[in-house]
Amino acid sequence: MSRITRSLLTAIGLTLAGTAGAQTRQSAPHAIDSIEQRVLPCSACHGAEGRATRDGYYPRIAGKPAGYLFNQLQNFRDHRRVNAQMTYLAQRQPDAYLMEIAEHFARQDLPYPPPEAPRVAAAALARGEQLVHQGDTAQQLPACSRCHGERLTGVAPAVPGLLGLPYDYLAAQLGAWREGTRHAHQPDCMAVIAERLSADDIGAVAGWLAAQPMPADTHPAAAQAAPLPIDCGGLAPAIQRSAP
Amino acid sequence: MSLKRIAAVLIALTLLVIASVLWLGLRHDRNTAGSSPLQIEAASPVERGRYLATLGNCRACHTQPGGADYAGGHMIPTPFGQFFAPNITPDADTGIGRWTADDFWAALHEGRSRNGKLLYPVFPYTNYTRMTRDDSDALFAYLRTLAPVQQASREHELRFPFNLRVMLIGWRALFFRPAVFQPAADQDAAWNRGAYLVQGLTHCSACHEARNALGGTQARNNPAGGLVLDWYAPVLSAAAEAGVQDWPIEQIEALLAVGKADRASTLGPMAEVVYESLQHGRPEDLHAMAVYLKSIPQTPEPDREPAPRVLPGDLQKVRASGEKLYGEHCAQCHGDDGLGRAPAAPALAGNRAVTMDSAVNPIRVVLFGGYAPGTAGNPRPFGMPPYSAALSKQEIADVLTYVRTSWGNDARSITAVEVQRHASGPLW
Repeated sequence: MSRITRSLLTAIGLTLAGTAGAQTRQSAPHAIDSIEQRVLPCSACHGAEGRATRDGYYPRIAGKPAGYLFNQLQNFRDHRRVNAQMTYLAQRQPDAYLMEIAEHFARQDLPYPPPEAPRVAAAALARGEQLVHQGDTAQQLPACSRCHGERLTGVAPAVPGLLGLPYDYLAAQLGAWREGTRHAHQPDCMAVIAERLSADDIGAVAGWLAAQPMPADTHPAAAQAAPLPIDCGGLAPAIQRSAP
Repeated sequence: MSLKRIAAVLIALTLLVIASVLWLGLRHDRNTAGSSPLQIEAASPVERGRYLATLGNCRACHTQPGGADYAGGHMIPTPFGQFFAPNITPDADTGIGRWTADDFWAALHEGRSRNGKLLYPVFPYTNYTRMTRDDSDALFAYLRTLAPVQQASREHELRFPFNLRVMLIGWRALFFRPAVFQPAADQDAAWNRGAYLVQGLTHCSACHEARNALGGTQARNNPAGGLVLDWYAPVLSAAAEAGVQDWPIEQIEALLAVGKADRASTLGPMAEVVYESLQHGRPEDLHAMAVYLKSIPQTPEPDREPAPRVLPGDLQKVRASGEKLYGEHCAQCHGDDGLGRAPAAPALAGNRAVTMDSAVNPIRVVLFGGYAPGTAGNPRPFGMPPYSAALSKQEIADVLTYVRTSWGNDARSITAVEVQRHASGPLW
């Protein structure tokens, strides 16, 4: 078993086992030579322990799958995703360190705040729910839950959960994919999906997702229940030594 | 003297000046003598060239972020407009595929393109002119081995009159002397190798030397500091800035190789230089650079235009506000006493990165935070959080004023106007 797989499994194990200790761990002061100290710059926007702030454009990162977080750090570093502040912070860091940071936030098992009040009309909420759970065959849109997990909390190691995120962030990400300013590893399946989404559908999906409470089990599923309906890159994140 | 004679003399003088400018600006340097002080046991010129390209950090400028290596397109912002680095892969149509080693030498040594076009000194041929012909040939041999990428080089977007290339004749007459590095007989091999690297290939002065309003470097050999890429490249000859004359040699080597030493770490464009280039340098080459940097004669901090300051009557209020903010946001890591917490947070008391007259870097570090480069020698660096969202420009000015005037620090105050001035531009 590779080191990465092992550490990913460890991360998942800790996530699953760590619920009880979450409340006490967050307030304990950390040692100076620690990963908690090293990720303090992340908290400025993503909130203490990565649990998000009130600003709708900075997502929660606590508890997201490590492989997904690692992919995003790489994407910012390598300019597949556009955010000057994120690129600046990740730009000159090796893969191994980005993975360590990703695993740290994946381990954070913290309570979620209640969802936002719905931001879209009832008809849009219904359309959103339909797209999330059934998809739309006519528009070649698979259901979100096909890849992001039946509970929509993501699937280890690299598919993110869709709940517990603000409307602004969700709509901005789908919009960015559609406009070609957010990219993922090739084949970039979310770019294909976003291209098939109308602006109204983006609002509907984001609106419904942002209004949902978290399920009882908030953790990413351990594995996909069935083969994915679309070809996706980046599902097996790997650390590579950056070439000189 | 008759009017006619005066006119004749004036015309003759004018012609002489024009002729001199043309000669100085367009002359060739036929003297290519000199062998490289770099002793590289590389198997082939290509391997030697690969190493030279790394030390010269060629890829950083000639690659668009996220784009193909060396295929150009990277925008370099300057006071004269935006430059776009060209494609230097061996593509015949859009790269340098049709170039010969002589063409490449003319670009590196004389700042001329293959078609004779004069090059803008944003391409630091003012440094590369110090390189030897054998190093130029090795670098060219390496570039020939790259995968050709078809990507047309983008035209620079410069303000008038800087967009007129003919102006470069005058610029070159004033500021450019093509000449291969000649070793100093009274210095040892390490110093000469270091001088060759610092003055030539690693082109330190391209950033660390003040440029005048025309983009010319004012000092001749010794780097002197300047504002570049929205950061401040501190003076390498001044103890108050980045001079390392009183540092132990191992500490200078560590800063170059690792990006972090006991008394300093690198951020911004210098973090890129360490990460992309210097950390891959051979220990003997970094040692040579350290020897040379340590030997640069000391100068006082350069004179600057007076910066806006807090009015004397307001200073007490500003410091009180800054002290409160410091307690809330900074003291946990940097300490109430400003002594920092090793190994994560540096001392701010007596830290010249904080107290130097130019406040550009401390302002940008508070605004945008940053990590030291994650090098082989420091693979898990600590970082400074960005405060652009949490603190207003006025609050950042207050806290910086407090830090710059506490625990024995005696630097000038900072205003919100100055913070605002450095709150944009590429972060690097």
